[in-house]
Amino acid sequence: MAKEKKKTSQVVKYNKWGYIFLIPFIVVYLVFQLIPLITTIYNSFFENYMSGLKQVGPNWIGLTNYITIFKNGDVPKYFANTMIMWIAGFIPQIVLSLLLAAWFADTRLRIKAAGFYKTVIYMPNLIMASAFAMLFFTLFAKTGPINSLMIQMGVFTEPYEFLTYTASTRTIVAFMNCLMWFGNTTILLMAGMMGIDNALFEAAQVDGATSTQVFFRVTLPLLRPILLFVLITSLIGGLQMFDVPQVLTNGDKTALRQITTMIMYLNNHLYSKNFGMAGALSVFLFIITGILSIIVYKFSTSESNE
Amino acid sequence: MSMPNEEYNDVEGGLGLFARRLIAYIVLVLLTFLCLFWFYLLFINSSRSNSELSRGFTLIPSTFFMQNFNNVIHGTLPIMKGMRNSFIIAGTCAIISTYFSAMTAYAIHVYDFKAKKAIFTFILGVMMIPTQVTALGFIKLVEGMKLMNSFIPLIVPSIAAPATFYYMKQYMDSTLPHAIVEAARIDGSSEWRTFNTISLPIMKPAIAVQMIFTFVANWNNYFTPALILKKDEMKTLPILIAQLRSADFLKFDMGQVYMTIAISIAPVIIVYIILSRSIVGGVAVGSVKG
Repeated sequence: MAKEKKKTSQVVKYNKWGYIFLIPFIVVYLVFQLIPLITTIYNSFFENYMSGLKQVGPNWIGLTNYITIFKNGDVPKYFANTMIMWIAGFIPQIVLSLLLAAWFADTRLRIKAAGFYKTVIYMPNLIMASAFAMLFFTLFAKTGPINSLMIQMGVFTEPYEFLTYTASTRTIVAFMNCLMWFGNTTILLMAGMMGIDNALFEAAQVDGATSTQVFFRVTLPLLRPILLFVLITSLIGGLQMFDVPQVLTNGDKTALRQITTMIMYLNNHLYSKNFGMAGALSVFLFIITGILSIIVYKFSTSESNE
Repeated sequence: MSMPNEEYNDVEGGLGLFARRLIAYIVLVLLTFLCLFWFYLLFINSSRSNSELSRGFTLIPSTFFMQNFNNVIHGTLPIMKGMRNSFIIAGTCAIISTYFSAMTAYAIHVYDFKAKKAIFTFILGVMMIPTQVTALGFIKLVEGMKLMNSFIPLIVPSIAAPATFYYMKQYMDSTLPHAIVEAARIDGSSEWRTFNTISLPIMKPAIAVQMIFTFVANWNNYFTPALILKKDEMKTLPILIAQLRSADFLKFDMGQVYMTIAISIAPVIIVYIILSRSIVGGVAVGSVKG
């Protein structure tokens, strides 16, 4: 009995180290994440901006900031911009990734040099997005190499100003997002496909299913949880879209308001020190990403309970 | 009864194996081209002079590579300072973020205490919340602390990195048995020493992978540093790139513009070429349960 008691206190003595080792994380998280979150929410209820050189506020105005950013059409417009560019990039991204993952995981296809291809398609994911956007800006500029190439090949008779039109700029943004993320998604989906019991594929083959049938009837339904994970994490990433459109359009000080994303809008408010509106916008984004996070969290915990 | 073989299946419907393989390789080669073409163009164009560049498109490198490089280094944009700043921030973040994430994961993995489950759930819950949504409060905090134009607000927050923590926790679940910790205790090792000299070495592969990812993420980060670093000599490369974009573009020597972009992305590409195997291998582990 006494021995038992001694052992327990011994364990308790060890377990206090659990708290000690957590101190750095908790302190840093509280100071640099939680306090800023509270300040952000608090600021969203105040009128607080610069009018020229004059500081207006802070005056308590309740939910007026929230009403303003929706009523003046900014949030609906920029939300739509963000979603259009995200969807336009995500659809080809998920199709390509599914196709590639199925090929890489297919034991009968035996793709040679799969490691090389995986290395290449993942690379754009690591490239500095702002530098990559700057590169595309120079390549697609009026006097840039793409226009020269097209004219030399006789496709265009005169330079096409890609970055002055909404459709072409959005296409470039979506294309870049797809290019930067399809390798990552391919690797995630492959990990999911490797987890599927091989016996299921063999059984389907024995039953005479074609590879297309196996893909749509076996692989896809079993991949559904991972597809959901990819969809939602990508959506959260899409809502954060900033570097590429910001650098490509130079922060949208021109007529191209069709490219402005939610975070670019937030960035503009932060630079012009319109803290009330920036706060309301942040809280709105926080709520959306919070809901999406809960879905991801539910997904990952239900996976681990299996 | 004989097992249906590959050919039998493929004749039945769908495409033959050969045709499918051919399509797969064509698509893969096209995608490889699509991924590498831009970087090839960047390399070619950074070796050409401004007048060559204005003459049109080519796939043959020219001879102005070193001259462009020298011009950029001695040019108006403080690229070398930016590179140094980026290295300091990304390097320090990589070290402290992985070390403290391993420590946090160790606390959850090894010990049993009351708040353990709540804290673990909380960290997983906030993992996906983007830092942008707290940027406003973050700026106010940094202003209040008088840390504008300092690297501290860009480095210290990386101690609390939920995604890195999650990766470490996953890795510990599969490679760090409690028996090792118990054995160390019996041998009289203190908890602090057990973590630093016994557990950390076991975590080396995970730490290496996460160091690379943290380094790359901070090297490429534009949003937060742009809000904090306003002085020219403190700016990081992504801020300088954006500055290059907003300057009057046509006045620039285009060879230098391409060279600046090349300098910004070269370190990551070099690291990737050397370590691609472990980087690609590390992508899936942290995100989806295999």
